Amino acid sequence: MQKSLHIDPGKCTGCLQCELACSFENENVFNPAKSRIKVFRFHDIGRMVPYTCTQCDEAWCMKACPVEAITTDAATGAKVVSDALCVGCKVCTIACPFGTVNYNASTGKVMKCDLCGGDPECAKACPTQAITYVDANWTGLDRMRDWAAKTDSGARASA
Amino acid sequence: MQHVIVGAGPAGVVAAETLRKGDPKAKITLIGGEPEPPYSRMAIPYLLDGNIAEEGTYLRKGAKHYDALGIQYVHGRAESVAPAEGKLKLEGGDQVPFDRLLVATGARPIQPRVPGIDRPGIHGCWTLADAREIAKLSKSGSNIVLVGAGFIGCIIMEALASRGGNLTVVEMEDRMLARMMDATGGAMMRRWCENKKIRVLTGRKVVGVEADAKGPGDKAVALDNGEKLNAHLVVLAVGVRSNVEFLKGSGVKIDHGIVVNDQMQSSVANIYAAGDVAEGPDFSTGGHMVHAIQPTAVDHGRIAALNMLGKTAHYKGSLIMNVLDTVGLISSSFGKWEGTKGGESSAAVDNDRYRYLRLEFDGDHLIGALGIGMTEHVGVLRGLIQTKTALGDWKRKLLADPHRVMEAYVARSQV
Repeated sequence: MQKSLHIDPGKCTGCLQCELACSFENENVFNPAKSRIKVFRFHDIGRMVPYTCTQCDEAWCMKACPVEAITTDAATGAKVVSDALCVGCKVCTIACPFGTVNYNASTGKVMKCDLCGGDPECAKACPTQAITYVDANWTGLDRMRDWAAKTDSGARASA
Repeated sequence: MQHVIVGAGPAGVVAAETLRKGDPKAKITLIGGEPEPPYSRMAIPYLLDGNIAEEGTYLRKGAKHYDALGIQYVHGRAESVAPAEGKLKLEGGDQVPFDRLLVATGARPIQPRVPGIDRPGIHGCWTLADAREIAKLSKSGSNIVLVGAGFIGCIIMEALASRGGNLTVVEMEDRMLARMMDATGGAMMRRWCENKKIRVLTGRKVVGVEADAKGPGDKAVALDNGEKLNAHLVVLAVGVRSNVEFLKGSGVKIDHGIVVNDQMQSSVANIYAAGDVAEGPDFSTGGHMVHAIQPTAVDHGRIAALNMLGKTAHYKGSLIMNVLDTVGLISSSFGKWEGTKGGESSAAVDNDRYRYLRLEFDGDHLIGALGIGMTEHVGVLRGLIQTKTALGDWKRKLLADPHRVMEAYVARSQV
C-alpha cells in the first residue's frame, strides 16, 4: 500500500523542525525559505498548519508541464520534478491550485515535495507527530481532495 | 473507429494519448506540420538560452513513445476538409479518412504588413527552425531589434540579451505586456529591462525595414517617428493568428478561433477543436475565448478526446493565466486582473524591490490577480479564483494586505 503524509494541525506547535529538515535534505541548507513544507501560523486563533503537496491524483503540475519533467514515482506515488528535464518555465507553479510548486531562482528549476523518495524527513523531524507518514487510506486528505475536485477545470468523464 | 488529429502540439498529443487510453483498438493518426517530433514552443526560449538541447523541447522523451502507443505520427499539412465524406485532404493531395477529426493546428505569428518585412534576417520566434536562425544571427555585439513586448516578446528577451546582442524592443502599445499587466506593472517591467541595458520604445510602430549599407548590421528598422534602428537580426513577436484557413467551406463556425461547445465540439458534429486554435468556454466571463496557454491546451485536448470516445465530458471553462520571466523578473497574471464593475481591489507596490501584487474581488471572492517578483505559492491565486472560495473575514485582511493571500487560502481550506 502506498503511504502519504498525514498532517494533523491540532498537534503542531510551530517549531519549524519540518522546514529545517526539508531544506537540509533537499537543498543542503538550514533555510525555511527553501523548504517544500511550510507552517502557517494563525496566532489569533492559536492554530499552526503545516502544509505541503498532497501528491494529488489530478496532478495539474504534471499535466501542465510542457516537457515531461514531472512524473509519478511508481513506488511512492509522488509527483517528482526531474531537474535534468525542467526548463524552468514555471507553468506548473501557476497550474497547481494549492500553490505547492515553487520556482527556485538559484537553480532555475521548480521544486516541490517528492516525499524524499519514501522516507520524508519532515515526518521524522516532527517532535509531536503532527506530520506522520502513514498508509494512504488513513490520511484523511478528503478535505484537500474535495478542494481538488472543485478546481478541476474539466468534469470527469461519465462512461 | 478512426480518429485523426491535425496538429501535434500539446493539445494534439494529449488528445492522442487520451484516445488510446480510452480505446485500445481505435486507429489514431496524429499529423504534425513540422519535421521534428512533437515539441513545446514554450521551451524555445530555454533552447536559445543554451540551457537545453533541441531534444529538451520534445513533449515526450521516449523516441518510440508514439509507436509504443500505436499512434501513427505522420508529417503533413491540412489543405481542406470534407466533413460529410469524412475526408481530410493534405497539401500534396493525400486524403486521410476519419470518423472523428480533432483540429489542434494552433496559431502562427502575425507578420506586420510593412515594406521590407521579407528581407533576410527577420524571424518570428515560434518554431525550432526559427530558433536555429535566431541562434545564428544573435551573436555577441550584434544589433537585435525585437518587435513586440507582449508575452512572447518579453519571454524571449532574456535569451536574446544573454546571447550578447544589443537589444532594442519596439512596442506599439503604450506599455510592455499590455494584455497581462496594468500601467503600474508595465512601468516596473520597463524600468527593470532598462536597468538590464535593454532599450525599450513604447507607443512606436515599425513602418518598414530597409537596407543599411553604413551600419554594422545589414538592415535598419524604420519607426513611425523617423528613427532608424540598425539591425543584424529582427525578431517579430507582434501576436499570433489561429490556423483555420483550411477549414474554409467545411461549415465549421469560426470567430477568433474555432467556436466549440463545452464538449470541445465545433459546429460540425464530427469535428472537434482544442488548444490555441479553439475558442472555448471561458471560466471568468462565461463566454467564449481563445486562451492560447499550455494548461488550456492540455485541458482541451483531454476533454475533446473523451468526447470523441463517446464519453460525455463537459468543460467548466479555462481560466486565463500567464507566468513569465523577463530577463529575470518574474510576473504572473490570473483571470480578471483588471477587475470588474462594482468590485473591490487591493494592491501593494514596492518599486525598489520590484514587487507588485494586485488582487481583484467580486463580492466575497477573488476574480483576478497580478504579481511581479512573486514566486512563492503563486498557484493559490488560481485555486482561490477557480474554486470561488468564500473569503469571509479574510477579504478584509486581503484588502489591507494582499500578500497574505496564501494564509487566506490555508485558513479558508485547511483550518
